[in-house]
Amino acid sequence: MSELSNDYEAVKDRVRALLDKQTEGGHHTLRRIKDMVAKHSIAIGGVSVIVAVVMIFFYLLYVVFPIFRSAEITQQQVYSNVAQAPQLWGMEEYGEIAYRLDDAGQLVFYRADSGAVISEEALPLTADEQVSSVAYANREEAIVAVALNSGRVLLPKLTFSISYPNDQRTITPSIEYPFGEEGILLGEAAIVHIAAAKNEEYLSLVAVDENANLAFQRFELQESFLTEGLELEQLTEQAIESDFSVDYLMHDPTGQWVYLVGKDGSLQSYWLEDDELQPNERLSLVAQGVSVTDAKLLLGGISILVGDSQGNIAQWFPVRDDTNTYRLTRIRNFAFSESAIVNITPEIRRKGFYAIDAEKNLGIFYATSHREVLQESLPELTDASEIVINPRGNRMLVTAGSQIEVWSVENEHPDLSWSALWSKVWYESYPEPQYTYQSSASTTDFEAKFSLVPLSFGTLKAAFYAMLFAMPLAICGAIFTAYFMAPKMRSSVKPAIEIMEALPTVILGFLAGLWLAPVMEENLPGVFMILILMPLAIIAFGLTWHFLPSRITALIPEGWQAALLVPVIILIAWFCFAISYPVEKLMFDGNMRVWLESIGITYDQRNSMVVGIAMGFAVIPTIFSIAEDAIFSVPKHLSNGSLALGASPWQTLVRVVLPTASPGIFSAVMIGLGRAVGETMIVLMATGNTPIMEANIFEGMRTLSANIAVEMPESEVGSSHYRVLFLAGFVLFIFTFIFNTVAENVRHRLRRKYGSL
Amino acid sequence: MKDKFFKSGEHWVWFNAGAIAISLVMVVSLVFFIAVKGLSHFWPADIVIFETKLANGTIQKSLGEVYDEETPKGQDPAVAKQILLKTGNRDLYGLDFRWLKAKEIVGQSSRDDVLVIERREWGNFYGFLKGVKFDGKEYSLDNPELYDKMEEAIDRATDIYGEIKDIEKDDIGSINYDLEQLRLERKRLQLEEKDTPEAIAEIRAQEDVLKAEFEVQQAKMNALYDDANRDALMVESVDGKTLTVVASNIVMAFQPNNMGPLDKVGHYFTKIGEFIFDEPREANTEGGVFPAIFGTVMMVILMSIMVTPFGVVAAVYLHEYAKQGFVTRLIRIAVNNLAGVPSIVYGVFGLGFFVYFLGGSIDDLFYPEAKPAPTFGTSGLLWASITLALLTLPVVIVSTEEGLSRIPKSIREGSLALGATKIETLWRTVLPMASPAMMTGLILAIARAAGEVAPLMLVGVVKLAPTLPLDGNLPFIHLERKFMHLGFHIYDVGFQSPNVEAARPLVFATAFLLVLVIILLNITAIKIRNRLREKYKSLEH
Repeated sequence: MSELSNDYEAVKDRVRALLDKQTEGGHHTLRRIKDMVAKHSIAIGGVSVIVAVVMIFFYLLYVVFPIFRSAEITQQQVYSNVAQAPQLWGMEEYGEIAYRLDDAGQLVFYRADSGAVISEEALPLTADEQVSSVAYANREEAIVAVALNSGRVLLPKLTFSISYPNDQRTITPSIEYPFGEEGILLGEAAIVHIAAAKNEEYLSLVAVDENANLAFQRFELQESFLTEGLELEQLTEQAIESDFSVDYLMHDPTGQWVYLVGKDGSLQSYWLEDDELQPNERLSLVAQGVSVTDAKLLLGGISILVGDSQGNIAQWFPVRDDTNTYRLTRIRNFAFSESAIVNITPEIRRKGFYAIDAEKNLGIFYATSHREVLQESLPELTDASEIVINPRGNRMLVTAGSQIEVWSVENEHPDLSWSALWSKVWYESYPEPQYTYQSSASTTDFEAKFSLVPLSFGTLKAAFYAMLFAMPLAICGAIFTAYFMAPKMRSSVKPAIEIMEALPTVILGFLAGLWLAPVMEENLPGVFMILILMPLAIIAFGLTWHFLPSRITALIPEGWQAALLVPVIILIAWFCFAISYPVEKLMFDGNMRVWLESIGITYDQRNSMVVGIAMGFAVIPTIFSIAEDAIFSVPKHLSNGSLALGASPWQTLVRVVLPTASPGIFSAVMIGLGRAVGETMIVLMATGNTPIMEANIFEGMRTLSANIAVEMPESEVGSSHYRVLFLAGFVLFIFTFIFNTVAENVRHRLRRKYGSL
Repeated sequence: MKDKFFKSGEHWVWFNAGAIAISLVMVVSLVFFIAVKGLSHFWPADIVIFETKLANGTIQKSLGEVYDEETPKGQDPAVAKQILLKTGNRDLYGLDFRWLKAKEIVGQSSRDDVLVIERREWGNFYGFLKGVKFDGKEYSLDNPELYDKMEEAIDRATDIYGEIKDIEKDDIGSINYDLEQLRLERKRLQLEEKDTPEAIAEIRAQEDVLKAEFEVQQAKMNALYDDANRDALMVESVDGKTLTVVASNIVMAFQPNNMGPLDKVGHYFTKIGEFIFDEPREANTEGGVFPAIFGTVMMVILMSIMVTPFGVVAAVYLHEYAKQGFVTRLIRIAVNNLAGVPSIVYGVFGLGFFVYFLGGSIDDLFYPEAKPAPTFGTSGLLWASITLALLTLPVVIVSTEEGLSRIPKSIREGSLALGATKIETLWRTVLPMASPAMMTGLILAIARAAGEVAPLMLVGVVKLAPTLPLDGNLPFIHLERKFMHLGFHIYDVGFQSPNVEAARPLVFATAFLLVLVIILLNITAIKIRNRLREKYKSLEH
């Protein structure tokens, strides 16, 4: 005993000595510092998880945000306006060089930011000729139709060649005559208004002369063998006598339509049939007592913008009616101001336009998105002010009395607005407003359609069918596994379901698209029969088992019903597929697909049903695991109490266990739904990815996530398209954030409740 | 009795049992289906000759392996059955496959000497050997050495081919890499305005050396090419067209009808080896998936390096340091949301933030000489790994936390009572005990990352990467390179390939490989976790 206590004392002394030594050597301080450092760095590590989520949220928002920003304009320079009211005024691509053409046919190129003249060219006019009207024949190629008072039309092309001496961009303007210097003679009388359209194949010219008669000429472009230039072959020469007083003449770039508009608001349209202009319709654009103050064609030439004396700008375009004829229809109205519109200037590369009113306001608008991106008062404006924009849309010149003002314009995403993304939009050439998603096409004057509604609809549709398939299987399976299954079987079922969760969705999608979809198409009646027969067969088997003599049923212990059912299920599935064709022959004339289509139901091979099954398969384990956990963790004394009172196991489950576990099951469904909403690969591979809005189970869809996967690699960074795709990602983030947070809260509450039980 | 069955709700119990049974049947049959489809691809099938009498009365002979049989729904098999025959010989027929109508078949036979040649171009050849040109001598059918010489020629060509590939990849590859580095070096000097004539001259001298070396290698390679084309096989298709197949174009030649079961098993494993260790051929529809396996593994390793410390620290904070309150609630919500946010959103975020924002900034700072070509400012291995690390973070956190919560309090208290600080307690006792849980988390994270495709499509995966992200050129690991991935390979070959029918078996094989890896990883994780639970159950008492 004393020996032991001696030992103890000796150890104590040694420990003390050691500790004293450490304290003296600063060892404890070092340890404490280490502890502090660890504590704080670990705290930082923990909190950085929040940072990660917040960063994802804000980065997405940061990319999306510029969509809803208004335009901004900044004045850069002011210099004196040398030539008042030139016939033609414009700027090249980069907004560095501007040009003007005066009545005498003198074309001046000058620096847009200072007014300094770069070069002057004289058009080949004879002595008594004067320029009377000018219009672009092709804006992108800068081919201009210059009409003269002699009835002649010149077709010069302005070229701006770019070179990079010393790595500095230098633009050299010049003038060419691709169709010859002598031009085209439209008639003897002086031309008052000219409109022209030159495209890949045709050139057409329309003019109104001093006698108010219409002259129309149309040419086919042919490559000359000798000079490798272009030659014109005349197709039509047409003179139309008219009593219409023309103030605005318009001709669309395809050469199909000619519009005559008078200041009183009357419009006469012609359209091309068999190379001849035919009168189409005559109508009034404005109400009684209102006059038209400007009319221009929007990019692409389908829409007409009409500004009136009451400050409205209306967009009109031809819409095909029931009798298959085109009727010019008023699509939308921009209520710009209280006073008259002075000037409308369409943008060159997109469907936006600038306008000035009599109260010296400048407005920037966008047609498709029905959006006013800017309204600003420029006090120096006059009633004769004109605007010029460069094709890139980042620089604007405005005449203000005797001055020219140079403005830089920042207007990145006028084509997107809340209504363009989420409401019905009446797009050009469409019969009515609708939800459409079509982000790009081959032509430059394409009207991008960014409605997210079809994509959101597709997302919810896919999720709905997936949940329809997954929920019953997962929840019922979870109930059985947690409450009825023998522990031994449970311990092998749970890993199997976990493996199901781990299966890569790309494999599920691949099987669904390349194997399941054709198999289902082939055996459609069989698939539906499985839905009907499977539950019946399972219950029938249960009933049979119930009546079997107990010496057989005793062989299988309680809680192994699921294992017994496996062969039954395989047999039923095989049976349904085996009799699929006979049933099809009996009820659907041998081909269910054709039969469906005959009653008006479209059938795609890769449809929602395929997606529902494949994605349901992916969602089942998610729902199963959480729901099973929730049911299993219901305290045993609750169910034991109920059983002791004489309730059957099922009654106990329904009355006691499920109500207690229901928040957990709810959160399982929420998380499953979150997963179904965001799943990408399965929908990408198992549907046709067409953005349609049909609830039909036999048609496909395009989801937000699949849309991102398809389009993101080819979208230009910073473009509207890019930001819309980020917006789609953001919407998905919000969707799932809500589902997950709700689920997590419910679960948290549940945990606390069980804790108290 | 019956009354009791329904009244007590027993039918509902059966119903629920059915639900779980259906789920189980689905999982098992899916895995089984992929396994069968994927593994059967490598078995050397017998080659059959069909004689069909066409509508115009001519007899057509087709040689190939039966791929599929199909009877249009509801029609009599005797009349309408069709056989899909893989006839190969794409250079002769234009297509690899031929549908034969069963009713037109007038004869079916088999010959032992059918030869199958797997070629590097034009796919398989099915036909008969007529002669071998070896070392300038011709061996004809009656020469007993014929088949030996064929083997010899192929082996020789394969060796030379390997040599050529080595030169192309290693020697010429590294010369090109060095030349590119010199070009960038010169540009860098220009940008920094240090391009003194001496410096430029030195770079030029180095370039000249490299170019001379390049010429040497090029000449060596051309000589090898000529050498590889020395031998050839003269072969004849079943319909009598003769063809000369250069030995260097041959991957493998075998006579499936002449093989015994053992030979077939051997051939089977050779093919599996080829699948795993070779590069893809013919727009990914033939050959192996080695670059995809390599890319997946590289990405997963990088991801693990990033996700493990971060995830463990977060879990330790949540469980050991933080007071359970508002902040931990927030963190838990954040973790749950990280787990729940769709993977494509990570892809979008990764592309915008990592690739364009971070990558663009890195390029501006460190690689101005390479501009406008992006270095890190484009999708690549590094960004893909980081994106997936973010994606799998919650898996590691949840798993580690669960491991920490299973360690009895007594152990921590014991350590603290002995005077250890908190970090010492953690480092010496708690974390080692929780390491299997971290391992579980990491394995699950790897399994998840290996199967994830959607975000990778945006941040770094390509259908065919010219170079592996790991090679002999400094700095050996090229984090900015794009890479191939098994999951994306499945999507790409299965859906974007020009020849889906021919590629399908390979897709199934790839899918099986991926499923196998993922299931093995998951089973390992489950096993570790179960053992851990058992261990701490005993500690608690």
